[in-house]
Amino acid sequence: MAKLTFDFKQNWWKLIAVVLVYYTVIGGFLIKVPRIAIVQESVRNQFFHVSMWFSMMILLTTSLVFSIRYLAKSKTRFDVLAEEFAYMGIILGILGLATGSIWARFTWGAWWVNDAKLNGAAICMLIYLAYVILRNSIEDEIQRARIAAVYNIFAWSTLLPLLYILPRLTDSLHPGSGGNPGFNIYDLDNNLRLVFYPSIIGWTLLGVWIIQLRVRVKELKSKLEDIS
Amino acid sequence: MKKWILILIANVMAFSAVAQQGTGEAIEMADALRASGKIYVVVIVVTVILTGLILYLIRLDRKVGRLEKEFSERIKS
Repeated sequence: MAKLTFDFKQNWWKLIAVVLVYYTVIGGFLIKVPRIAIVQESVRNQFFHVSMWFSMMILLTTSLVFSIRYLAKSKTRFDVLAEEFAYMGIILGILGLATGSIWARFTWGAWWVNDAKLNGAAICMLIYLAYVILRNSIEDEIQRARIAAVYNIFAWSTLLPLLYILPRLTDSLHPGSGGNPGFNIYDLDNNLRLVFYPSIIGWTLLGVWIIQLRVRVKELKSKLEDIS
Repeated sequence: MKKWILILIANVMAFSAVAQQGTGEAIEMADALRASGKIYVVVIVVTVILTGLILYLIRLDRKVGRLEKEFSERIKS
């Protein structure tokens, strides 16, 4: 079996992750935020709910890159990385759905509304859950890696229309949808940006830390299998 | 790296100090919570939880590191 190595061997970026997440939590609660009717203090969810989705997008895109590299080079390491990045992305996506649902309850009045953005996000999660099921249902390692990599490309391709294109074609309650390109008034607030952008990096790096741990355990396992 | 943390904290404080005045509209915010200082209790609680989780993550990281070291030493011998 090919040797597994994870390039992120150093630790400095873990410190950055910790600092940025603390900054998010402390700054996220304490900075002045714009006063918006109905949304009120819950606008601070931007640092948590919205960041989950941005981080998910970064992790899933990284997973896609590793899948493509696997198909090009057939190195087991790329398959393992693609898998773990996808898993962490799915976890962040599920957290994004859950937190969004809570936010919706207190601003729109319902846990779930039939909105293009929400349904699209739910469908995305189902498509990625199928990735997990697909992986676990194939015994042969090389076959699994190859089919999973191809499926990952398909799954990632559905993200863009379901999350970013279709919601903009219809009316949507969700900010950034229903014809609004990207950010609207309160997203543009500079105070929000001050915490929002670092929070994306912080949550992403925290995810990468967990990914790295899982990859290292897998690496050890495969090494053990090699010698026994 | 301690400098970093201090700079970041100073940033948060500075920007929250730059008072962004309410426009006078009666939009209810957690002003009372802030005025009585109780919001800081929430911040501390969340920080404690986060600290616990991060310490756990560091412990896991060290454990995996030790296993890796043990493994490579056994391979050599």
